[in-house]
Amino acid sequence: MSSFTFPRITVWRTIATTLIVAGVIAAVLRFTLGLGATTNLTDEFPWGLWIGFDFLGIGLAAAGFTIVAAVHLFHAHDYEPIVRPALLTAFIGYSLVVLVLVIDLGRPDHFWHPLVMWNPHSVMFEITWCVILYTTVLSIEFAPIVLEKFNMHKPIKWIHTFSLPFMIVGVLLSTLHQSSFGSLYLCVPNRLHPLWYTPMLPILFFISCIASGISMVILETIILSRNGRTLLPPALRANLAKITAVALAVYLVVRFQDMLGRGAWHEMTRLTYHSTAFYFEIVVGFVVPLFLLMFKRVRNSRRALFTACVMVLAGFAANRMNTAITGMESWPTRTYFPSLIEILIMLGIAAVGFSAFSLIAGYLPIFEEEPEAPQITDEPWIHTMSPEEGARIIEAAE
Amino acid sequence: MAQQQKALLIDISLCVGCNACQDGCKVANKLPAGEEKRLSPTAFTALEEHNGKWARRLCQHCEEPTCVSVCPVGAFKKTAAGPVLYDAEKCIGCRYCMQACPFRVPRYEWQSTRPRVQKCIFCAERLAQGLQTACAEACPTGATKFGDREELLLEAAKRIKDGGGKYVTKIFGQEDVGGTSVFYLSPVPFDQMGFDNRLGNTPMPVLTMTAMSKIPNVVTVGGVMLGGVWWITNRRDEVAKHESGKPASTSKHEDHK
Repeated sequence: MSSFTFPRITVWRTIATTLIVAGVIAAVLRFTLGLGATTNLTDEFPWGLWIGFDFLGIGLAAAGFTIVAAVHLFHAHDYEPIVRPALLTAFIGYSLVVLVLVIDLGRPDHFWHPLVMWNPHSVMFEITWCVILYTTVLSIEFAPIVLEKFNMHKPIKWIHTFSLPFMIVGVLLSTLHQSSFGSLYLCVPNRLHPLWYTPMLPILFFISCIASGISMVILETIILSRNGRTLLPPALRANLAKITAVALAVYLVVRFQDMLGRGAWHEMTRLTYHSTAFYFEIVVGFVVPLFLLMFKRVRNSRRALFTACVMVLAGFAANRMNTAITGMESWPTRTYFPSLIEILIMLGIAAVGFSAFSLIAGYLPIFEEEPEAPQITDEPWIHTMSPEEGARIIEAAE
Repeated sequence: MAQQQKALLIDISLCVGCNACQDGCKVANKLPAGEEKRLSPTAFTALEEHNGKWARRLCQHCEEPTCVSVCPVGAFKKTAAGPVLYDAEKCIGCRYCMQACPFRVPRYEWQSTRPRVQKCIFCAERLAQGLQTACAEACPTGATKFGDREELLLEAAKRIKDGGGKYVTKIFGQEDVGGTSVFYLSPVPFDQMGFDNRLGNTPMPVLTMTAMSKIPNVVTVGGVMLGGVWWITNRRDEVAKHESGKPASTSKHEDHK
């Protein structure tokens, strides 16, 4: 650190900085003027864009628990290189969602109340606790990366010895709150449009977060594999795409079977405000990408896979926004469109997320291999075997 | 329960839309005066006109209130005497109560930087003194009657029976969303008076609890399954490692011979 070098100015950095500055100004206005003056939220429409954004952030961060489960619990070690990017995504995602929630609260100064004032009957209470605990688990899972940077290997070993229960708890907590975001709407059968309201909401939310979480990881591996570096071999990337396809297929089966069972498919046969939103969500985000991902050529093509995954994320975003906003509107009498300040705060926070990812990924060992030292000691024969012995084995084999 | 639950019976056919109930409410709750046509943070009750008839809106004080069940910090409480009460000191402002209320009752002080949820509190303080609610006291026509829950239900049933077709045969609030503390009698079908006919008789919290009650199972079964999968795949790795290492160990064994 001999001299300070001014960061290079790029288009993306300019955009991100502008968005973050605008977001901060918008947030200052929101806190000084209150929700009424700065948002389009009303008594008729008390939850808006920010809640939808929370759903989105948590869903995209689902990569964290799926990949950890695959690699560390199911021992799919080939996917080891994406564990850290997935953990980083999850960690940033959750931190930002907590930030948005605090901005959204009418009394941000009371944000700590759920820690001491309990109502176990409340889905919101359960989500709050799951998010707090899971963010803690994520920090424990993420800590070795930071410690590694500072060459503190003793605490890493220490964390590794008790990491298994934490990983299991992390997967369970994720399962619970990913589905609970759907459970939030179980008590509003009279308010949420039948195209989205179903007792199956928690299950559908869970299945779709797996598709979106893995799509997010695929996109990351594609984007971050540029400049001659390959984060994940294309064959493994294609396997991830297969899992996404399975999740999409299961989702569609469960959703349509449920709609048939409840008679909600009647709503599909009419062209309305709601059915238009529904068709966009289902066709663009679920049916078309599922169709695309069924082809090996698509799964193996960088560009086609990229397109399919972007569609999955778009469909996922549409699904969450439709549940949070469109489905709660009754066109044309009760509608909602976010205010400029709501949008600016959301964009600012998204920009913080992307900037944080690229900053942290540049600073911490996110894309490097984990030191293999502790694992090698598990296989003592490799070390105890002398070259002569090795030669003898080869001879014997021949 | 030792204490009788109190309730209100609102007879839409008797209401003349004089707004005395809202005036009385505003005085009793120290709210700024002035007629309001809709519920607001400063109007805990309001008369909604539908074709020359008035449906009085106010918190229904449900038997199993959705707001009580959804509030993450337990800011709402159903009291033994009937009123559902709110504690602004606990409230974090998540507004889930407003989102979840089947009757869309809670209002928010959007203009404030320290906003509270506002709604009818069934004149809980007056009740404790043995008085009736301010709205019932103010009503000049008897369209709002205050009394014990069970007695009012009997009276409502009697009015329908004696009315000779004057009312639709339904006491709104008797069973809707599991029963409320505010009953309505109406001369026209309730959906024509702005009532939501999709509510059903299941208390909304039950819908949530059917999902929430699965959590302990998900945790225990899921935990055991994940642990098991870890154990099996880990074992498989170990066996694979061991087998690939076999030549080494056997050759060593032979050396010792």
